[in-house]
Amino acid sequence: MEIPYTVSNRPDTGLWNAKIGIWLFLASEVMLFGGLFSAYIFLRIDAPPGMWPHGLLNVPVGTMNTAILIMSSVTVVLAWASLKMRKYNAYWWYMLATITCGVIFLTVKLAYEWPQKFDHFGIYIKPEALGKYEQYLGNAYAAEKGLPPRLEITGHLHNRAAQNDPNIKEYEVALDPLNADPTNPEMDRPHFWPRSATEKIATIEKEDVQYATMFLPRHSAYFASYFTITGLHGLHVLGGVLVFIYMWLPVSKRLYQQNPEHLANRVEVSGLFWHFVDLVWIFVFPLFYLL
Amino acid sequence: MNNPPDISQDSKEYEEYAHGIRKHVRGYLMVGALLLVFTGLTVALSYVHFGTQKANIAVAMLVATVKAGLVAAIFMHLAAERRLIYRILIFTGFFVLGMFWLILFAWYDYPIFR
Repeated sequence: MEIPYTVSNRPDTGLWNAKIGIWLFLASEVMLFGGLFSAYIFLRIDAPPGMWPHGLLNVPVGTMNTAILIMSSVTVVLAWASLKMRKYNAYWWYMLATITCGVIFLTVKLAYEWPQKFDHFGIYIKPEALGKYEQYLGNAYAAEKGLPPRLEITGHLHNRAAQNDPNIKEYEVALDPLNADPTNPEMDRPHFWPRSATEKIATIEKEDVQYATMFLPRHSAYFASYFTITGLHGLHVLGGVLVFIYMWLPVSKRLYQQNPEHLANRVEVSGLFWHFVDLVWIFVFPLFYLL
Repeated sequence: MNNPPDISQDSKEYEEYAHGIRKHVRGYLMVGALLLVFTGLTVALSYVHFGTQKANIAVAMLVATVKAGLVAAIFMHLAAERRLIYRILIFTGFFVLGMFWLILFAWYDYPIFR
């Protein structure tokens, strides 16, 4: 039996069925991401001073990924328009471009951005020991300038065994620029171009440490929400890419030859999903990378 | 069954229809370029200090809302869509705003009023 209303409009709704289907699905997606964003807002306004990190993500890479998603949104809508104009060749190329953009986005996220965080170490100092590490924190300077207190020392952990070995009594960290030179006014605000860890090594005794961890979800409410939201977003990108690959393969050419409008409608609904994924990223990018 | 014959079978009707799509393509490209410009703008503005962090958040969210509006209106064709879709979205908007409102609700329930 043929599935009804794949290209013609259902008289009572005035729409072909998949169109309503995708919008109902997107409505549920709005609630899903809305829940996570409201959790983000709640965690953020509840964070004590100095406990919501800034400038830890790579802004140029994030900007590039934003641009890639936007371009893929353009290519998918052009793919759909090409089908509407019955230009299968153009459709094929636009679809390939969309898939490529999605794959680049995911690769950058999973092979570059996330692993860099997994390799970055943060050490929260006990409140009573903050004075001992003033040379790395510069809290007197921060207070004078009206900046939030600095409770954490970050950088690259040299003695990695220290994470699990209770016999090692201190962490040796190659400091990030802020902790290497905390009273430098240039470090007051995050920079567009990320600066790598310095050569300056600090030794931090474990007994002065509240807790220390790589930049994993457990590091802070910030990274927990970052990994949750970008992870779920990444799964959506992956889902979209898989659907697009199916529509790009020869199996869809057969559908095109039978009923091009049906394929165009399939591309339209998967495109709607893809635009939604882009739309979520439009909010994720400033909230996590910039603010 | 319910699917009409393919529109491309009637060449005259199809010509009109394809012409309409072709006009849209230009718009899509322009919106794409505009979104890229706004992305650059939001990055640049995040390094301008607007007095308080709250002001910076407000500016960034304003730009993001404009971008999201462009995507929804043009790429997702919401600028001209059937009424049923709008109805679905009104429901969604109502519930998602309700969910955000719950934060405020919970916030004032917090023992230390800040």
